[in-house]
Amino acid sequence: MELTPEEKRKLSQRNWALAGMLVAFVILVFVVTLVKLGGNIAQRAM
Amino acid sequence: MNAAVTASGLEGARASLAGPSDYLALLKPRVMSLVVFTSLAAMIAAPGSLHPVIAIIALICVAVGAGASGALNQWYDADIDAIMTRTRTRPVPAGLISRQAALEFGSTLALFSVLTMAIGVGYVPALLLAATIGFYVFVYTMWLKRWTVQNIVIGGAAGALPPVIGWAAVTGNAFDPAAWSLFLLIFLWTPPHFWALALAGSDDYARAKVPMYPVVHGSRATRNQIMGYTIVMTGAAIAPWALGYFGPVYGMAAAIFSLGFIVLAAALWFSPAATERRDALRLFAYSILYLFALFTAVAAERLVGLSPIAV
Repeated sequence: MELTPEEKRKLSQRNWALAGMLVAFVILVFVVTLVKLGGNIAQRAM
Repeated sequence: MNAAVTASGLEGARASLAGPSDYLALLKPRVMSLVVFTSLAAMIAAPGSLHPVIAIIALICVAVGAGASGALNQWYDADIDAIMTRTRTRPVPAGLISRQAALEFGSTLALFSVLTMAIGVGYVPALLLAATIGFYVFVYTMWLKRWTVQNIVIGGAAGALPPVIGWAAVTGNAFDPAAWSLFLLIFLWTPPHFWALALAGSDDYARAKVPMYPVVHGSRATRNQIMGYTIVMTGAAIAPWALGYFGPVYGMAAAIFSLGFIVLAAALWFSPAATERRDALRLFAYSILYLFALFTAVAAERLVGLSPIAV
């Protein structure tokens, strides 16, 4: 199936949005890990 | 269900022309803003503290979970949305996003929001979020909406849970009476809020065969119900202050804004046919301001140190 220029443009926009969401999710999991890990280390008995 | 949409050939049509903004519209961002705000206010008011990053993640999960519910609602109700003037430009009935895509998008977001809440914030708020999404999709959208005139009364429980989620994100407790007093406030606020909108657009609901109160029982009975619920809601709005859950800032806001609500509900109750639609829309708009005002008071009171809740 041949996409029209407008369909190609929208497809590209959707792909970029999806990529952005995936990157945001990776950052979110990374930050949660840091916060949780940091909190647990701070509470660790010395 | 949805035979009209399938028969009209909307299924999958022009799906490739949907942009990110169409998927955003699928999340009903305006509804999302009220949900996030009530959750945030409860989070601020709740006893205890939460790391700011975890608080932001909890709010993102609530927002995405609410958005997922909206997407799944639009997947199931595509046939109704295509008939109603207010909703027929939504991405699914407009043919921009297929029903299948809306279902997959909504389900994925629902799953991710609950799992992220469980991992990042806690199991109690995650369970409450899952219950909220499940109640909205399975109980309200699939069961009550097309079946009973009490659809939005019972379904209102889904919209009333976000403050309990916010509260539980801080305390880890799902059964705090102060949090459930906020639930009760939104639960009793929902009927006058929605029925005011339904009064203004009852032809729309009648065409779509949705048994909203004005469609089934007419304008006079609906206005009686709005008046009755407004009085009961006022009691529920003042009770958290009287019971000592919230302090004088909240109590003042509840009294003043509830008085405004009663005045507008009474104006609608006395309204002649010629001005009924105008008065109904006025009450609908005020009801949104009302909820924002009361939850702003809940949060502000804590921020200025006047909350009776122990930190």
